Amino acid sequence: MSEPTEPRWTRKHLLGLEELSADEIKIVLDTALSFKEVSTRSVKKVPALRGRVMVNAFFEDSTRTRTSFALAAQRLSADILDFSEKTSSTSKGETLIDTARNIEAMGVDIIVLRHKAAGSAHLLARSVKCSVVNAGDGSHEHPTQGLLDLYTIRERFGKIEGLKVAIVGDIANSRVARSNIWALTKFGAKVFLVGPPTLLSKSFESLGAKVVHNFDSIVGDMDVINMLRVQFERIQSSQFPSVREFTRMYGLTWDRFQRCKKDVFIMHPGPMNRGIEIQSDIADGPQSGILTQVTNGLAVRMAVLYLVSQVGGQS
Amino acid sequence: MTILIKNGVVIDPSQKLEKKLDVLLKDGKIAAVGAGASSANADRVIDAAGKYVTPGLIDIHVHFREPGDEEEETVASGAAAAVAGGFTTVCCMPNTKPTLDNEAQIEFILRESQRVGLANVYPTGAITKGREGKELAEIGQMHERGAVGFTDDGVGVGDASVMRKALQYANMFDTVLMQHCEEPTLSKGAMHAGLVSNTLGMPAVPAEAEQLMIARDLLLNRTINCRYHVQHISTAWSVELIRRGKRDGQRVTAEVAPHHLLLTDESCRTFDTNFKMNPPLRTAADVAACIEGVKDGTIDLLATDHAPHLAEEKELEFQFAPNGIIGLECALALYIKALIEPGHIGWMKLIDMMTAKQAEIVKLKKGTLAVGADADVTIIDPNLKWKIDKEAFVSRSRNCPFHGWDVTGRAVTTIVNGEVKWQLPG
Repeated sequence: MSEPTEPRWTRKHLLGLEELSADEIKIVLDTALSFKEVSTRSVKKVPALRGRVMVNAFFEDSTRTRTSFALAAQRLSADILDFSEKTSSTSKGETLIDTARNIEAMGVDIIVLRHKAAGSAHLLARSVKCSVVNAGDGSHEHPTQGLLDLYTIRERFGKIEGLKVAIVGDIANSRVARSNIWALTKFGAKVFLVGPPTLLSKSFESLGAKVVHNFDSIVGDMDVINMLRVQFERIQSSQFPSVREFTRMYGLTWDRFQRCKKDVFIMHPGPMNRGIEIQSDIADGPQSGILTQVTNGLAVRMAVLYLVSQVGGQS
Repeated sequence: MTILIKNGVVIDPSQKLEKKLDVLLKDGKIAAVGAGASSANADRVIDAAGKYVTPGLIDIHVHFREPGDEEEETVASGAAAAVAGGFTTVCCMPNTKPTLDNEAQIEFILRESQRVGLANVYPTGAITKGREGKELAEIGQMHERGAVGFTDDGVGVGDASVMRKALQYANMFDTVLMQHCEEPTLSKGAMHAGLVSNTLGMPAVPAEAEQLMIARDLLLNRTINCRYHVQHISTAWSVELIRRGKRDGQRVTAEVAPHHLLLTDESCRTFDTNFKMNPPLRTAADVAACIEGVKDGTIDLLATDHAPHLAEEKELEFQFAPNGIIGLECALALYIKALIEPGHIGWMKLIDMMTAKQAEIVKLKKGTLAVGADADVTIIDPNLKWKIDKEAFVSRSRNCPFHGWDVTGRAVTTIVNGEVKWQLPG
């Protein structure tokens, strides 16, 4: 009798979690587990990517994701190039593809891309030979955030299956929400999306989640509550009337928190608007996993960089 | 110069003809059809055995990008693409740089068409100056000079008071206003708003953007009753609105493009910008409703919305890439695939929607093989199997989502004003 073959990582790129199987996601989480230990050593470095080059190509503001990727690459002993440009490509200027090909021509192994247009990482992956890791493409996906959230939940509960997870806020414009939905549903969590209809269309149910407009109706049943950042510009586009009203209906207030399960786990992808979507003492309290998310993000990104480079590096 | 087309099956919806007949062309006109043709001596004889002989195909919705974006298409390259697709007459849209919004621009297109001497290219003029939707363009002067209709295509006329005046004013000339129906306050998006856009996190345009403007225009036009044409219809409710407008006796017509009968927003999942167009690809239910609209006559004609773009423009992020695909060289085969192969309509109706119906809307004395008419003729091999190859296109652009499709049926000879302008090689 032959042994069942171990699932192997075969992807050169990480573009999203939609296309990943549960087995593939598990490989990332398990790899991250072994890398997390590195951060506890006095010498926080392994030679896994020595001689490799990772470029952080960020076309949109980001602090934590960019630094997390940079530190993850450093801990793997990779060389790092930082590229930031806030202007978007146009038909007359240099296109994203041209920019990427120029960077690649300098001998880059992995491009980590943050860009405001959905699908930009897919466009890049079609156009360059090196690995592409999506660090957020418009409102589409933010796979490493989805992975680190999943990792953090698994670490806390020892399992994912059967957990009730609420994702609250601006779902429509959230890449974090989408990547979380894919990751969580593949592992059998029950996902509740919470927000006003202007920021949460009913068609999200086709992704396997439950759409809820009344936060209070479910808040007491949740094992995990993941609060998304409120984007103030949505007020100008009339997606909700005021911060005050948003907080009243969808904020994690002290009053709402009192009605949560005793062991509820509170998450936030950051950066937080304290006092708006989440009350400060909840964010800083014992039920909060917010800083653990950041710590785990490092391990997860090390795992992702390591895995894609093992496939992409075989040229 | 005389040409005798022998042994073909004539399909001429304008005369309700579908019969094996010979056709004689003389001095740029149809000289005889049937017995009178067969006995004539001709300078050239074309054997059309096994083929259909139809009035030259017409497409009242093309973009030839001249003046302004000649690297994408010109009147010359567009007219060449037209005849290669079996089209003898096309109407180009005014969204050029500068806009076709005065008589000099109209004159330019007509002269360029004449100079090139391939397909007949007729210009449409803008409804408003610069297509800005604010002030009426000189519709009267453009009409007099030869603009066959008016449209701000690329955008709809958003301001209801401007549109109302345009309908009132244009009605004086009994010309047609063609509307790109899209309510501007709902138009900020790169694809159809629905399940797929939601999954992709892509900014999206709801179906209501199109429906609102159709409904508004039908209301505005109820008492004015100007000839009003809905361009590139794409949603189920748009079809229903037009159906009701027609039932109420309004002078409303509508066109559809091949991609809205063959593709859905599912194609956008790969972020391939060849599937980005405006109106966007909709759902399977919308496709079914458009096909139903073709079958029951709600949709009057089959257009292409031939919209050339450079490869480097289309190689952008999906939401930043320009809208549109080219269509002239594969439209006939695609319409056969969408409508004839599944048995939705027959050849007579297909040809009617690609000839006489088009001529009627832009008031051209074309789209017929009646004796004395312009000798614009297309010979179609309905059984020819071929593969759509964008690299083989005559057009300057290559933005075609149908590249690689296996199709059946193709124009093999295109005759314009009594001269063979294109023949399928081999």
